[in-house]
Amino acid sequence: MEIKWYIFLSVALFCIGIIGALTRRNAIIVFMCIELMLNSVNLLLVAFSKMHLSGMGAGFPQYATDAQLFVFFIMVVAAAEVSVGLAIIVMMYRNTHSIDINFLNRLKN
Amino acid sequence: MRNTFDLIYLIPLLPLIGFLINGLARNVLSKTMVSIIGSGVIFLAFLLSVVVFMSIRGEGFIPQVISYFDFINVGKIKVSFAFQVDQLSSLFLLIITGVGFLIHVYSTSYMKEENAANFARYFSYLNLFVFSMLLLVLGANYVIMFIGWEGVGLCSYLLIGYWFKNTIYNNAAKKAFIMNRIGDLGFLLGIFWMINSLGSVSFQDLFNNENGIVNGISTLNTHTMVGITLLLFVGAIGKSAQIPLYTWLPDAMAGPTPVSALIHAATMVTAGIYMIARSNLMYTLAPTTMTVVAIVGLATAILGATIALKQNDIKKVLAYSTVSQLGYMFLGLGVGAYTGAVFHVMTHAFFKALLFLGAGSVIHAMGGGQDIRKMGGLSKHMRITYITFFIGCIAIAGIPPFSGFFSKDEILSGVFANNPVLYVIGLGGALLTAFYMFRLLAMTFMGKFRGTEEQLHHVHESPSAITVPLIILAFLSMVGGLVGIPAYLMSGGHKLGQFLDPIFLNSNAILAKYEIAHHTEWILTGVSTILILIVSLWAWKKYKNYQPETAEETGLAKVLQNKWYVDELYDAIIVRPLRSLSLFLNNVVERSGIDGLVNGVGKGINYGSRQIRLLQSGQVGAYILMMVIGTIVLFIIQMFAK
Repeated sequence: MEIKWYIFLSVALFCIGIIGALTRRNAIIVFMCIELMLNSVNLLLVAFSKMHLSGMGAGFPQYATDAQLFVFFIMVVAAAEVSVGLAIIVMMYRNTHSIDINFLNRLKN
Repeated sequence: MRNTFDLIYLIPLLPLIGFLINGLARNVLSKTMVSIIGSGVIFLAFLLSVVVFMSIRGEGFIPQVISYFDFINVGKIKVSFAFQVDQLSSLFLLIITGVGFLIHVYSTSYMKEENAANFARYFSYLNLFVFSMLLLVLGANYVIMFIGWEGVGLCSYLLIGYWFKNTIYNNAAKKAFIMNRIGDLGFLLGIFWMINSLGSVSFQDLFNNENGIVNGISTLNTHTMVGITLLLFVGAIGKSAQIPLYTWLPDAMAGPTPVSALIHAATMVTAGIYMIARSNLMYTLAPTTMTVVAIVGLATAILGATIALKQNDIKKVLAYSTVSQLGYMFLGLGVGAYTGAVFHVMTHAFFKALLFLGAGSVIHAMGGGQDIRKMGGLSKHMRITYITFFIGCIAIAGIPPFSGFFSKDEILSGVFANNPVLYVIGLGGALLTAFYMFRLLAMTFMGKFRGTEEQLHHVHESPSAITVPLIILAFLSMVGGLVGIPAYLMSGGHKLGQFLDPIFLNSNAILAKYEIAHHTEWILTGVSTILILIVSLWAWKKYKNYQPETAEETGLAKVLQNKWYVDELYDAIIVRPLRSLSLFLNNVVERSGIDGLVNGVGKGINYGSRQIRLLQSGQVGAYILMMVIGTIVLFIIQMFAK
């Protein structure tokens, strides 16, 4: 498959993520949208990695899987981040009985 | 040989030690102790100077440079802290420490009415001055010379303003300091130029006989030489009180009289002459500068002499006379009569110190009065002061065989050989000198006493600490000229000339030696001596029985009395425009311009942050939106930047 389809897909996912993060007020939805953006970038990374590998041929096996390994790291870090983010949301709900992000503006003062 | 000069550092060090002791322990020491320390260190320095002088008196002495440490060592510039001992510096050492010692002794009596702390302060300044002056003449390069040069300027300021509670005295001190600063700037620029184009500031590197940098220059009047010498001369103008910077010297008479004698007559003001004599080869290579020096010197000599004719303050007369005599020295330098100029420095140190100290003795007797219109008839009360003052007058007027005659004669014959027109003007100045000096003498010591009854009662001869230096200086003024008897009177009589010959050797080789026939010199000397005698007698007769005139002076006399209105002129063309400019800068540029700018920046930032603060709403959604917009903007910039 051509690389451009991967790009289209990941741009589409990224835009959905941005629009979701900007428009929704539910903290969990916003959170999911951010994950969506992250993963769209991951997808792109894997796609380019594959493309380069086929472009270079078999001469450089030592670079072949670098980007794909990277993706795993990103996913692990994202998972850790999710746990922190969810913990914040849980704490927020306990305190305010709401997960509306506009409610957070009381941090201002 | 080496051993003698290993101790040369002691000569300036001793006065420095005296300065430190007297300065730091001024509240503890008694006046007697201060006098002993203050004068003692100078006396020791004098003895050492005599030893140095004796050991280099012989033929064929090669200048010795004693290096102590690297003062500046940056890139190609290497300036070491070094002293140079040769004929010129040893002669100046003798003058400074010798006359300095006499003046210290004199001061112990003259200043005894001061309280102990001030007395010690006075002596510490005086010692510091001697230290700086010795540094100036001993320095083996222009940088060390400049340190001494600044040091004497500082001490001059401190001592003029010694009675610092008097505003007028303080202003005089500031005036001297600022005028000197103008000159020093020229000197400094000259040194910079020298480093830049000649690559060294050391006298040995520049002038030595084998491979001196300046010796290698064969063309006259190169731009570099003219530039450097003119800038150095600007320094000399400031320090040695020449037109146009001379006005500080008469005002400097605000200081105690011994200070006037030491600093503003005998030593400091001759630093400019020393410096030019030291750099004689450079000046010889720049005839244009020589002409400038000669003309400035002559103009100053005449201007100073004319002003002195009509002054009524005993110290002011002597001050203008100093300005005028310094002018003669520069005239001598300008026509290449270097030996004559240095000779005149020496004799002038003797008789001018004598006259000032004599004036101090008179002022002391008059209880502080300095106006010669209120004196008169003092010869009956103060025999020693009168006789020594009389000797001083004869010496300065140039009547043979006293010292002033020989040195002035040498300068004037040098001038005649160079340009007879300058000679005639110079001779005119010499006649004026004779006139004002005998006017001063007659008004002070002859006729009836014109002061108050109380003062008459107070008038007395001064104690021996004052009269002994007077007698010694009077003796020196009488015989001091005999070291330089011109060749037409006695073949080989010019001992000083032979002594200084190595210093001026290279210059004399370049200068077209104007020789005047001996019979011409006889005629010149005869005519000038007769004229001077006539003028002296005329002045004596005219002012012997001086009666105060009530009528206001008119015409030229009034102009002279007001010193040609030079101070007023400077006030109008420099001081007042400068003051208006400063006021303008203060009120307009500073207040509205710079303050406005600074305050405007502050206000702008304050207002801006107040507005930007509103963006921080606390809405998470808004933050994310801004982040996205920011990313997009960065993205676009990145795209278009390429």
